[in-house]
Amino acid sequence: MAIINFNKTVLHNLISKPATRLYPFEERVYPERTRGHVENDMDVCVLCGLCSIKCPTHAITVDKAAKTWSIRPMSCIQCRCCVDNCPKKCLSMAQKFQEPGPEKVTKTFHQTEKAIAAQEALMKAAKERAAAAAAAKAAAAGTATPAAPVQKPTE
Amino acid sequence: MSKRSVIPFGPQHPVLPEPIHLDLVMEDEKVVEAIPSIGFIHRGLEKLVDKKDFNEMVYVAERICGICSLGHGLGYSEAVEHVMDIEVPSRAKYIRTILSEMSRIHSHILWLGLLADGFGFESLYMESWRLREQVLDMFEEATGGRVIFSIMKIGGIRKDISNEMLADFQKRFDKMEEELKDIAKTFLDDVAVQSRLRDVGFLTKQQAEDLGCCGPFLRASGVKRDIRSTGYEAYGELDFEPCYSEIGDSYARTEVRIKEIFQAFDLIRQAIAKIPAGEIDVPVKGFPNGEYLTRIEQPRGEAVYFVKANGSKFIDRMRVRTPTFANLAGLTETLKGCDLADVPMLVLTIDPCISCTER
Ligand code: SF4
Ligand code: SF4
Repeated sequence: MAIINFNKTVLHNLISKPATRLYPFEERVYPERTRGHVENDMDVCVLCGLCSIKCPTHAITVDKAAKTWSIRPMSCIQCRCCVDNCPKKCLSMAQKFQEPGPEKVTKTFHQTEKAIAAQEALMKAAKERAAAAAAAKAAAAGTATPAAPVQKPTE
Repeated sequence: MSKRSVIPFGPQHPVLPEPIHLDLVMEDEKVVEAIPSIGFIHRGLEKLVDKKDFNEMVYVAERICGICSLGHGLGYSEAVEHVMDIEVPSRAKYIRTILSEMSRIHSHILWLGLLADGFGFESLYMESWRLREQVLDMFEEATGGRVIFSIMKIGGIRKDISNEMLADFQKRFDKMEEELKDIAKTFLDDVAVQSRLRDVGFLTKQQAEDLGCCGPFLRASGVKRDIRSTGYEAYGELDFEPCYSEIGDSYARTEVRIKEIFQAFDLIRQAIAKIPAGEIDVPVKGFPNGEYLTRIEQPRGEAVYFVKANGSKFIDRMRVRTPTFANLAGLTETLKGCDLADVPMLVLTIDPCISCTER
């Protein structure tokens, strides 16, 4: 009979171990793709601002003057848009969810010395390249043409 | 004629996770008429097309509903893709199909659990939801989210699901199918369950057609209409026959949904066997211009998406007609003549989702 049928399941569940996790003692292992929260490696970030443009909820603010990158975790919807669009690949999606808290916070990160130095080195190299290219062009065209305008650095 | 009285039902009621209000006109213990009123949780999501560009709008569409989130993202993307004449690569279509069927499985098992909870069979409820949990875990592994998947995009999908992962899912679904058979037997054969479901809340084929019902609610009344048979995404390439029942009572609705879960397992099996290799998305250039109306079969029934674009970044108008909205008229008809004690069960049998109805 049908009632007996389900009794089997109930008895089985009675003697088997719980289907749920004993939470505080046993932490969950998240799968690789879980979208928990956004993390930024400030050693690499060049503050280009692309992530803040692509973010559908405007959760990210990039302040180039103050050299900071900030995120409002309460506004972030974990869509991964910023991570996929970052040209330097410094953003990543951490699996762990944001910790709960009593108030809405804005997390601000400063660009590290290392990143600033790397960025300046890059800019300098780009400028030198551009100047060299302009000089070469001027030399090739002969003295007839005035000095070519200095190209904008591409980085 | 005995005296008539009006009993308010909802918006807060133990069987309803979401607010809907019904004014039940009673004659003794029998319902004579039910007058629904909705509008408690209108969020104005459609209006957000003014603020979010057409790519970002996918995220808003997903948030229309927590259970059919995948379907809403899919329906919206399809409508925009049609406007822009984008042909989605075949692999993306198959993955969309597989994910849609997975969401059908989890939605229907969720409903079975709620039904069991509704008639007070707690262990059956827990057992159903234990099974459903496995689908959510699979979703998380594949897309990174359990409720909001963020995997749809205009022109394809965001992340590929590797063939190894699909094969692993297949194994888990096979196991799940076995486990589900026990539960299905209880739902369909148990004496206590049958006494609550059999011979209540009839809706005839004619009424179901006339009132424009959809989904399992319509098919339980004997109408073989399923939007999946129009062959959108990869459904055209899969072998599929709509599940239906001729009876039209609560029991028939349960039966149709259980059959659909098993059918979803079968469709996933077919899709995994056939899935081609290749690209998962195509680049989207330009802005949409034009209008399109598309229909897809959500777990709860037929959902309609209308998009009207004007060639700019922002879409002019987006409109969603959700299955619960279509089924409310049918619900008021099934409630006529039933006992007051059966009302909660009958409201449950249309699988109401009020949040999506009001968007
Ligand atoms: S897109 Fe990447 S590099 Fe640019 S500001 Fe954002 S995190 Fe930094
Ligand atoms: S994950 Fe999405 S919502 Fe969150 S910061 Fe990145 S782009 Fe913005």
